[in-house]
Amino acid sequence: MSCKSCDCNQPAQPERRSFLGGSVSVIASMTILPGLVLHEVKAKPDDQRISDKNRWGILIDTRKCTTECDACVTACHNKHGIETHGRPDKDPQWIRKLKVEDPLTRKVSSFPIMCQHCEHPPCADVCPTGASFRREDGIVLVDRHLCIGCRYCMMACPYKARSFLHEETENPLPHTPRGKGTVESCNMCVYTVDKGGIPACVEACKLEGHQAMIFGDLNDPESEISQALLREGGQQIREDLGLNTGVRYQGIN
Amino acid sequence: MRQGLIALLIGLLLPLAAWSGVLPQIPEARKGESCVRPTDEMRKNHMKYILHQRDETVHEGYRNPQFSLVECINCHATKDEKGEWVSVKTEKHFCNSCHTYAAVKIDCFQCHADKPEEAYEQARHPVMLRQGLSEDTIRNTLMEARQ
Repeated sequence: MSCKSCDCNQPAQPERRSFLGGSVSVIASMTILPGLVLHEVKAKPDDQRISDKNRWGILIDTRKCTTECDACVTACHNKHGIETHGRPDKDPQWIRKLKVEDPLTRKVSSFPIMCQHCEHPPCADVCPTGASFRREDGIVLVDRHLCIGCRYCMMACPYKARSFLHEETENPLPHTPRGKGTVESCNMCVYTVDKGGIPACVEACKLEGHQAMIFGDLNDPESEISQALLREGGQQIREDLGLNTGVRYQGIN
Repeated sequence: MRQGLIALLIGLLLPLAAWSGVLPQIPEARKGESCVRPTDEMRKNHMKYILHQRDETVHEGYRNPQFSLVECINCHATKDEKGEWVSVKTEKHFCNSCHTYAAVKIDCFQCHADKPEEAYEQARHPVMLRQGLSEDTIRNTLMEARQ
């Protein structure tokens, strides 16, 4: 079956099943300190498409997260070239640190909040052009080619995770295209994840020594994140909305 | 007779000379022997290839480097006489050299990088660059952050 939309003669759907069965998976791992393996995820071959076999998620242990540290925010904004224009209320914000206090017990928790990568994303529900969508592997993205900048998704998101880009990007980075007049949010470092890496925030948290964030495949019962959830449990923020988020928290009750 | 011939030759060559000034000055690619497809095919169809793979990449995570815009730029972006990467805003940039001639306005670079990946390897941190820090300082800061 060849592609009908243009004359490039590419197969529209390669034999995915036979490819999946026959491919030899590569284990990508990086060791930063002796005994500390930063990452161990099977890298996807470049010409393979994503599938719902994976569901990427992040588990944040708020008991290990400290109020002073914002390494995850800095790493994210550096990686994606997000900069301030001196107007904090309008600056894009892909990830932010929150400090919450229980009014009864006075217990203070600190944690980062970003796009929660819902299974049923309200942003995608309200998007009039189909620009907001959820990839098969659970990552929620904005297709900026389709976004018209109406900002419905920003209003629909219960986590205030999305930002509108008011300014022209003078020097966008090769793997984070960003443009004026479109909405953007955490993309779970989708390019890096497709290449077998981990998101910048999780990497920064590990490098800082807090180890408060775990990235992994929620569909794989053997993965570190699934094991941690099985062992200690985890919560969704606004679980009552039934969105089944990909980002989970521990210790915020 | 001879003078007439010379005049005729000049008359023929002058428009040609003028024409060659109008034609786009397309910079040579920096890498590789040939493009991913023959040149005449790429001239005609590059936009279809990029558009096709664009949707597959964004929605399906298909990261084949063959028709990736980043890979186009990695080979075709050039440096100017001062050793600086040429911006897409000038006609010296590969894409813009031809698009100005063809009067086809593209908006790819409102969002996408017009410089190759290697231009960002040392200074991946535009925030720091904006603050006027040298590349050495940025590298040292990053090294310290990693330790």
